[in-house]
Amino acid sequence: MTPACPLQLNDHGRLRHFLSLDGLPRELLTEILDTADSFLEVGARAVKKVPLMRGMTVCNVFFENSTRTRTTFELAAKRLSADVITLNVSTSSTSKGETLTDTLRTLEAMAADMFVMRHADSGAAHFVAEHVSPNVAIINGGDGRHAHPTQGMLDMLTIRRHKGDFSQLKVAIVGDILHSRVARSNMIALKTLGCPDIRVIAPKTLLPVGLEQYGVNVYHNIEQGLKDVDVVIMLRLQRERMRSGLLPSESEFYRLFGLSEQRVALAHPEAIVMHPGPINRGVEIDSSVADSPRAMILNQVTYGIAVRMAVLSMTMSGQNEQRQLDAEKSAQQEAR
Amino acid sequence: MRIQISGARLLDPASQFDQTCDIFIEGGKIAALGDKPSGFSVEQLIDARGLIAIPGLVDINASLREPGYGRKGTIASETRAAAAGGVTSLCCTPFTKPVLDTPAVAELILDQARDHGAARVYPLGAFTQGLAGDNLAELVTLRDAGCVAFTNGLVPFANNRLLRHALEYAATFDLTVIFQPQDRDLAEGGIAHEGAAASFRGLGGIPETAETVALSRDLLLVEQSGVRAHFSQITTARGARLIAKAQQRGLPVTADVAMYQLILTDEALLDFSSLYHVQPPLRSLEDREGLREAVRSGVISAIASHHQPHEVDAKQDPFAATEPGISSIELLLPLAMSLVQEGVLDLPAAIERLTSGPARAMRLGAGSLSIGARADLVLFDPDGQTVAGDNWLSRGGNCPFIGHCLPGRVRYTMLNGRISFRQD
Repeated sequence: MTPACPLQLNDHGRLRHFLSLDGLPRELLTEILDTADSFLEVGARAVKKVPLMRGMTVCNVFFENSTRTRTTFELAAKRLSADVITLNVSTSSTSKGETLTDTLRTLEAMAADMFVMRHADSGAAHFVAEHVSPNVAIINGGDGRHAHPTQGMLDMLTIRRHKGDFSQLKVAIVGDILHSRVARSNMIALKTLGCPDIRVIAPKTLLPVGLEQYGVNVYHNIEQGLKDVDVVIMLRLQRERMRSGLLPSESEFYRLFGLSEQRVALAHPEAIVMHPGPINRGVEIDSSVADSPRAMILNQVTYGIAVRMAVLSMTMSGQNEQRQLDAEKSAQQEAR
Repeated sequence: MRIQISGARLLDPASQFDQTCDIFIEGGKIAALGDKPSGFSVEQLIDARGLIAIPGLVDINASLREPGYGRKGTIASETRAAAAGGVTSLCCTPFTKPVLDTPAVAELILDQARDHGAARVYPLGAFTQGLAGDNLAELVTLRDAGCVAFTNGLVPFANNRLLRHALEYAATFDLTVIFQPQDRDLAEGGIAHEGAAASFRGLGGIPETAETVALSRDLLLVEQSGVRAHFSQITTARGARLIAKAQQRGLPVTADVAMYQLILTDEALLDFSSLYHVQPPLRSLEDREGLREAVRSGVISAIASHHQPHEVDAKQDPFAATEPGISSIELLLPLAMSLVQEGVLDLPAAIERLTSGPARAMRLGAGSLSIGARADLVLFDPDGQTVAGDNWLSRGGNCPFIGHCLPGRVRYTMLNGRISFRQD
């Protein structure tokens, strides 16, 4: 099930929004990774800024709490020399009864060029791109359970930098797949990039229906699932999963699906361990694993800035290109 | 007014009548079919050659939104839309503000319909006070005020004991009870059919069992109480099979399906369009096939619009935050013709499920064109077309079919021998 998402591409097939990895071709994902690689060097310099988005205004609009995603987006925009404002809308306008549409139109009226948006409803970024601000670039910073495409791409960058060619890899995603937008974006990205063995490991209560459409192999036993894998992606387990009866307790989850040293030993000797954070030590991952050299959790944060710089700059240029194309089109129509 | 409709093919599924014959109308009633009665002086002649005359459609579930939700629709606006869709009789839902749980609201609706309505309106009463699912509404008083059946919509009873007693009370007075089976707990957190499409889009799922578990429970209580029950807006293939088995056991149960459920599936969710946000949700292709089969076999004897008009704002939000429902009553006949064109139903069966089938389920004296019956009828051009959205009459523009070119064109709708809708 891979309907193209023309909404996020301009007439030349370049990004004009970044809503979902679904429907994006492998070449485009690879280009994002290549661009992010080049920005990693910028981050290592004494002066970390490049002028690619000078004069542009990026508006971070977070309808849901976030620390690392929000701050890394902020840093990414600043390193591209954009002006950045950040709004935690969960605590402001919407509690006064303002609609999502009105909140965003207000920001649009302040001449923002780009919105980075996080929202609890799946499809919220699509909705905004389609109905609210077709001429403002929309970057999805996470929408409900649907997608977290920049997290997906920073995970791919981590894997590529440490493991290389996707076509030789076995990757396991462990934990709450059902509620995870990170898992969905990762499954799509891994498939698009040609990973031949994608595994998901969880009890049935944490797996969504229709997993076959992602081309993944399902395991309910972590020992079997981790065998010989090159990459382990652990997901955060939220407390409310126990309250809604999906699991009996954190400790039983840890006993059955927690990532301990013994279990990591079943994976490939050079395997890396990833986690989108924030981690729950002793719930989904043991401290000895989280703090071991194979853990990529902090590298992921660093790569996250570079990936977000890549996505912001590529989307901005695609959006500008589309504005030019539209202007040319309307000039042609007037000439007629 | 004495009217002669000349040259139409008269199709009346209730009497299995299907041949070209003239129709004579006098005093709002069918005076004669075929030959002109002696002494009948024609005041208006309608040349209906090439058209098909059928009984006016009977839509047993439409939300007219009045009183209380005038931004979404009014009795005047929505019955005009109904007439455009070929509807002459409809049952309106009690989900108004205030809820239709008192005779005063029923009377208000009936008065409005009498003064401004372009269709016959039969109110459905609330089964419980305020639709809260505990205290019974005054069912017999409401029946006497004009309510033809009782429903609690998707709101469940507080517990099975209260439901059991409610059914026994209704059975005492031979009232018709309408179920919209959906288990609240199984559906909780869901906004779309639990399947691959919703899963891919991260939309919370409503499992098929939300319907079938509730339906199984309801059928057992119907059997115990002996109440006359109608299951409304069935969405699953297995739900339809459960109803078939109950009918085979001799239970007095009927069922309807929403017209759009026979056309759309959950595949429509892929672009997050809120136009496809409905409750209960659009189901899978297999479910749609099961529903179509049940309509063909007659297990599901009625197709209803489940018309739910909304103002623009109600649909302007991310999918989950929007209000559910589709405005479609004014396309009822063209949508039925699209099923005929696709070979899902033959024409007499399609018309039967939209006329005498639903009329029987709600025990309405409508849906047939025999001599002496009220002249509620539709003349439509089977070879014509309807561009959905042209001259839209409903206050709700929330219709995913707008812009589509549908087969068939309603030319005249007549209510009581008067033209309630007409187009060329």
